[in-house]
Amino acid sequence: MRTEPRTGAVRGAGTAAAAGRTVVLAAVLVPLVLVVSAASAQEAGGAAADKEGAGWQSWHANNDVADMASVQRGARNFVSYCLGCHSLKYERWSRLGTDLGVPAQLLQNDLLPPGDKATAYILTAMPADDAAVWFGKTPPDLSLVARARGRDYLYQYLKTFYVDPTRQTGANDLALPTTAMPDVLSELEGLKRAVFRDAVTPGEGGQATHTQVFDHFEPLAPGRISAAEFDGFVRDTVNFLDYVSEPTQTARRALGVWVVLFLLVFTWLAWLMKREYWKDVH
Amino acid sequence: MADHAVVADEGAEDQSRRKFLTRAVIATGALGAAFAAVPFIESWSPSERTRAQGAPTTLDLAKVEPGQMVTPVWRKQPIFVVRRTPDMVARVAGHDGELKDPKSEYSDQPKYAQNPLRARTPEFLVLIGICTHLGCVPKQRFDAGELYPSWPGGFFCPCHGSRFDLAGRVFDGSPASVNLRIPPYSYPSPRTLIVGEDEKGVAT
Amino acid sequence: MTVKTATGAPAPLPPEGSAAAKRGFWAWLNKRLPVDTFISTQMTEYYAPKNFNIWYYFGSIALVVLALQLLTGIFLTMFYKPGDLTAFDSVEYIMREVDYGWLIRYLHSTGASAFFVVVYLHMFRALLYGSYKAPRELLWLLGMLVYLALMAEAFMGYVLPWGNMSFWGAQVIVNLFGTIPGIGPELVLWIRGDYAIADATLNRFFSLHVAALPLALLLLVVLHLVALHEVGSNNPDGNEIEKKLGADGRPLDGIPFHPYYTVKDIAGIGVFFVLFALVVFFVPTLGGLFLEQANFEPANPVSTPLEIHPVWYFTPYYAILRAVPDQRIGALLLLLAVAAFLFLPWLDRSPVRSMRYRGWMSRTALALFTLSFLVLGFLGLQPAEGLYVVLARIFAVVYFAFFLLMPVYTWLDPVKPVPERVTYHAH
Repeated sequence: MRTEPRTGAVRGAGTAAAAGRTVVLAAVLVPLVLVVSAASAQEAGGAAADKEGAGWQSWHANNDVADMASVQRGARNFVSYCLGCHSLKYERWSRLGTDLGVPAQLLQNDLLPPGDKATAYILTAMPADDAAVWFGKTPPDLSLVARARGRDYLYQYLKTFYVDPTRQTGANDLALPTTAMPDVLSELEGLKRAVFRDAVTPGEGGQATHTQVFDHFEPLAPGRISAAEFDGFVRDTVNFLDYVSEPTQTARRALGVWVVLFLLVFTWLAWLMKREYWKDVH
Repeated sequence: MADHAVVADEGAEDQSRRKFLTRAVIATGALGAAFAAVPFIESWSPSERTRAQGAPTTLDLAKVEPGQMVTPVWRKQPIFVVRRTPDMVARVAGHDGELKDPKSEYSDQPKYAQNPLRARTPEFLVLIGICTHLGCVPKQRFDAGELYPSWPGGFFCPCHGSRFDLAGRVFDGSPASVNLRIPPYSYPSPRTLIVGEDEKGVAT
Repeated sequence: MTVKTATGAPAPLPPEGSAAAKRGFWAWLNKRLPVDTFISTQMTEYYAPKNFNIWYYFGSIALVVLALQLLTGIFLTMFYKPGDLTAFDSVEYIMREVDYGWLIRYLHSTGASAFFVVVYLHMFRALLYGSYKAPRELLWLLGMLVYLALMAEAFMGYVLPWGNMSFWGAQVIVNLFGTIPGIGPELVLWIRGDYAIADATLNRFFSLHVAALPLALLLLVVLHLVALHEVGSNNPDGNEIEKKLGADGRPLDGIPFHPYYTVKDIAGIGVFFVLFALVVFFVPTLGGLFLEQANFEPANPVSTPLEIHPVWYFTPYYAILRAVPDQRIGALLLLLAVAAFLFLPWLDRSPVRSMRYRGWMSRTALALFTLSFLVLGFLGLQPAEGLYVVLARIFAVVYFAFFLLMPVYTWLDPVKPVPERVTYHAH
């Protein structure tokens, strides 16, 4: 038996509840969808624009941690070019081997530093104190850099080194100006210099501020590999750092599919049960 | 009860659908709860760090003198590695009647240690130096007659007096009931011992 | 009462598991513990209004999130090592080396944010339907105490990973206490136990987060539920179902909590878990909102992150704090912004509870308040410069106006007649 309100117009009461429902669902789902799609945005990055390097701030790493071959190449890149100064102190060699499908013998012979057990953490041979003296600061551990700074930042950082004679290392970087790191990849990429232009911002009282704004890169010397190959190199390395920052991420996503499916089934049954009981209510 | 909010319909079909759905939800919920318990229970397993610490231990046997015992650690347990002299090897035999389990039928050792000398080779004895009674670390008493005139040599546990021979087998009259345990081990080269790894691979 | 046979000897006990045995055990139990009474008075014979809508799911969901946080928190404490030199490493140990440690961690971090999403929606329901008005003032105050305890719990929990945001967030918030006149600096030193946020601070926050505050939260939640059952739930129409009783003495518009609201809440919890699992397994950091990027670097007392801000659930108050250039006044305003909620039952002069029957003034005020809360929340995440500061000031005024002007607009507001019976559409 339905109950009607005996007094008063409740115009909009039903629609208010429906509106309330819609608002809450939208408030939850829309941001969720936006963030999920933003987090997995696939945008082309690093394509040569009219001016070399222009728009570098919107370059995306576009890496896929599930691409095992890429992560393996990135690991090899890291061991060759980064391990000399940077450690990955939260990752074990054996874990690397298991996750990346590296056979134990290969790990032992090609990757593991001599004398280290497979279960050792991936540490750099460079003494921290000496490094601090040579470079001005100790090269940071990179286990979490992809989470702390972001993959896009890393990609941009490795691709915007340029020759700068005013600096001790002879190099500078657009993503991290006055970086203490030398341009270790220059043998692969080649050398380039940055051309700046004068940007004028009008100020108060007729006083304008002049700032140097990056305009474009000019290649100075070729590297051992082509630009496309270098781009792949950087992408693979960033991909590897992404993996190292959260080695369980592929397992996480895989498990998530099952969990969400199960919960959908459970919720569907629960809703059917609810509707069945609520037939009683009038 | 006119005008009441709840008018429960007692029709038979309603009840069976209701019962089915309730049971389905309870069953699915119980299944979900069981799945959800798994990560929490699994988290108590030895972590990767523990498993790394439990990796096999290597020992250079060239440094062990005849008659000497060294005690490397494997999985946080003392491992007794005894380089038995020919005399010590001889003293393993001849007292089977005084032992609880002379053939090691009830004790814990790999197949290659299920022999009278309880080892892969006569020369080296490898066992876990933890008394099988309540877990103390036994002391070495290798000399004949050291404890009493007929003592053939072996191990003596100070906590409650358990006695073991030079193959780690427990004597009658000891509170311990099984022989000292033997870990998995192998010789990757004649003078190198690796505890925790054998033909089966690394011990899990 | 023992059953006797014809000869007068006591009859043998019925076999275990049989219905008679269960009755026996149940009878034994109920003589010693009021189990049946509890179930009937709190569940099967406890009547709640039948017209609960979507806004009424969040209380039970909040309970589920509390249970989840307790469970995952207990397990995290098995592996976490408090201490300035060990905390950060131990969290990475959990994430990488403990079996399923990463899952327990993400459940806990997502659970913390989920708790606030749910609690804010739960509080909004009270604003929507006047659930804080008499006789539910104490229910509202207890809920506010739960909210305050929750904020303290979340704040301290965030310090524990000892990341750079943990450190600097703690530094900023603890320094706020220094603005209290007279005792400020001494108080800050006492809270920190050191001259800066340090190991001493971390360890005491650990104890409070793991032991003291969860106990306080549990106690307050229990009191909150007792207070609720004492006065009964409000409903979207804002009328009292207890006023319309049937011949059997039960409210005409009420339904037994069990089974109707138990099954409804289970379904609601299912929906919540689907959304929760989507976050935990696919976007646990939620773009830096749930787990901030800067916290993946260890605490560094000599290097402040470029942008310090608290986690999203504190940002509305943070925006109000920064809206004013004076630190002392800003801190006071922050305190008042939170405390204002406590006065709601007495600021509200409307004769009517639910927004459904209130006039355009109250509705506009609530809409503007909600907007200001959301906008201030957004502003709290932005750098405090330029247009953002201007907006923060405007919306801070709107925020406080909601409370300060409430006695006026709720009294002047034209209201509609409240129905005697609730409005309900079968679903």
